[in-house]
Amino acid sequence: MASESHAHSVRGTWVTIRPRWGRFSYRFDKRVPLVALGIVIFTLVTLVVSISYGEYDIPPLEVVRTIFNVNQDHADYANYRLVVHTFRLPRITLAFLVGMTLAVSGAIMQGITRNPLADPYLLGVSGGASLAAVTVIVWLRITTAGLLPWAAFAGALITAGAIYGLAWKRGSSTPIRLILIGIALESVIGAVTTVMLLFGNINDVQQAYVWLTGSVYGRNWEHVQVLGAWLIVFMPMATLMGRELNTMGLGDDAAKGLGQRVERQRGLLMVVSVALAAGAVAVAGTIGFVGLVAPHVTRRLVGPSHEGLLPVSALFGGALLVLADLIGRWAIAPSELPVGVVTAMIGAPYFIYLLYRNRNR
Amino acid sequence: MSVQTKVVSRNTTRILGSRSLLLPGLVVGVVVLVGGVLWSITLGAADITPDTVYAALFNFDSTSFQHLIIQTVRLPRVLTGVIVGASLAVAGAIMQGLTRNPLADSGILGINSGASFAVVMGVFLLGNPPLSLYAILAFIGAGLASGLVYMLGAMGRGGATPLKLTLAGVILSAFISSFTTAILIGDQETLDKIRFWTAGSLAGRDMALLTQTAPYMLAGLAGAFFISRQITTISLGEDVAKGLGQQTGWVKVLAAVVVVMLAGGAVSLAGPIGFVGLVVPHVVRFMVGVDYRWVVPYSAVLGGILVTVADVGARVIIRPQELPVGVVMAIVGAPFFIWLARWKVKR
Repeated sequence: MASESHAHSVRGTWVTIRPRWGRFSYRFDKRVPLVALGIVIFTLVTLVVSISYGEYDIPPLEVVRTIFNVNQDHADYANYRLVVHTFRLPRITLAFLVGMTLAVSGAIMQGITRNPLADPYLLGVSGGASLAAVTVIVWLRITTAGLLPWAAFAGALITAGAIYGLAWKRGSSTPIRLILIGIALESVIGAVTTVMLLFGNINDVQQAYVWLTGSVYGRNWEHVQVLGAWLIVFMPMATLMGRELNTMGLGDDAAKGLGQRVERQRGLLMVVSVALAAGAVAVAGTIGFVGLVAPHVTRRLVGPSHEGLLPVSALFGGALLVLADLIGRWAIAPSELPVGVVTAMIGAPYFIYLLYRNRNR
Repeated sequence: MSVQTKVVSRNTTRILGSRSLLLPGLVVGVVVLVGGVLWSITLGAADITPDTVYAALFNFDSTSFQHLIIQTVRLPRVLTGVIVGASLAVAGAIMQGLTRNPLADSGILGINSGASFAVVMGVFLLGNPPLSLYAILAFIGAGLASGLVYMLGAMGRGGATPLKLTLAGVILSAFISSFTTAILIGDQETLDKIRFWTAGSLAGRDMALLTQTAPYMLAGLAGAFFISRQITTISLGEDVAKGLGQQTGWVKVLAAVVVVMLAGGAVSLAGPIGFVGLVVPHVVRFMVGVDYRWVVPYSAVLGGILVTVADVGARVIIRPQELPVGVVMAIVGAPFFIWLARWKVKR
């Protein structure tokens, strides 16, 4: 990955924001605003299409008017309002937020471990959340929605904390120790989860499978609010730490030489990444692929500098999940594919195309 | 990425510090393995004395019930465990060397996802295929998926670079798995039939199944040993290997073929068993360093021991029911591995 980033930075041209007041500077590739705008437009179009499509079709124009509540004199307004504001808009908004969250979390994780295989779940977030969720669904057999997100959230944070703690020795947790201990602890947790899935009631197990795949089915504004609040705290933090990630990408020694307090920054970034992933997992289950792939694709689009990479991969991840959700609802209608299945189904071919196009890099 | 495996080698001291300890260490390993195999055969629903085990192996009496159990049930099972463990560990070691990524195992080549998809499709379409058909489907699925991954990863100039290979593998695995998941979520009956297979198990594996698959895996093990020097070189980095005059393209193709034979055979015999392929190579490197001429045989022996012991646990812990061997392996092996990682990784 390191060699790749050098190749980019030579060619890139930059926009730098450095106001006279304060010690603040923010530098990003000049492709960033354009790409971001493109993704936003794409997302908005997909959002409208997605809301208009369903068992109860709504014309796209009416969708827009219903969102802004300007068609109250329309004959079907009551229905429109119910379908748009209560059913479809919240789940689609949630899909977007979850995609954002996972993408940023993955980009940070790849940055701090300098490992292209890293994803938001590297530190045991998915393992811990899965174990907690499967315990709730299969073992405790509690089906009311209230407990599940909190259990998953707690499971994710506890596991990540345990991995970080176990990797901690003499004032540091090196990436390699984190990775090895992560592998080990995840295996144990995975093993316990497997046992529950093996011996549980098959109906519960199937329900657990849907959760494990990740889904935004039936989510409401409450989920959006909770994750939204979470994002407002951690997303700006992540973006502002982009330059620290750039420095860290040079390697621990170089980063220290440049005056970075590597250990502290890495710990902080890890907290941000894990917190983001845990939030996403709590509301939507362990959706795979987005957090791994969105940063890679975005790096191709806007280069490797994290100040641009983090916000753009957030948008890309969100867009991917909105599109995946639409396809999941459409593909085998009236039944529905969980969004976690679709992310890989549509994301993978695109990524393979990218791999092909960049085969000589 | 390459930094990380190097970090392991640079910042750890080998447990078997002196080269003169390597061969005796391996011999000890083999003795432990054989002992473990015999111990495993004595344990089960009916405990059988070591004398009887010895008699059944070398002095087979077809009228003895215990001899029959040993020859038709326990021996095939324990041998399957040994070869599966050895194969997965060696395949994992090669993949970690080839991609220079400590998170890699044979799963990176799409072997598990390909096999799982083929088997799930088989069960979904055919209803109730026999175990031998599971094996064939798994092997075909594993072979096709890994071929595809390799082709994708090897496109373009520079061939199969670690980054391209790793990405191609992860992407394609995720792609294939998404279809598997779609089937399992949609069809409860298939999920119910398949959930034991997907956890990985050695239960009910007979001699016919073993003799059908073992030759490929033994050939794979021999091949792994044969190319171990080249893997050592390539694990230092592609540029280094080329600088030393190695034809890296060929080595990588050969290595991939070996991995498919090993891990494809293993998944067809026992389903997608995790942990051993990922963790054993790390443990071995802590012991013997990064010379693959030693990493390969040590991985084979240690992988065999781990699966054999874990399978005893799998059969005994919740008698008369069974736990999946991968589960026992993780629960027993992980604490040890965590301790090892804390102790050995200095920086």
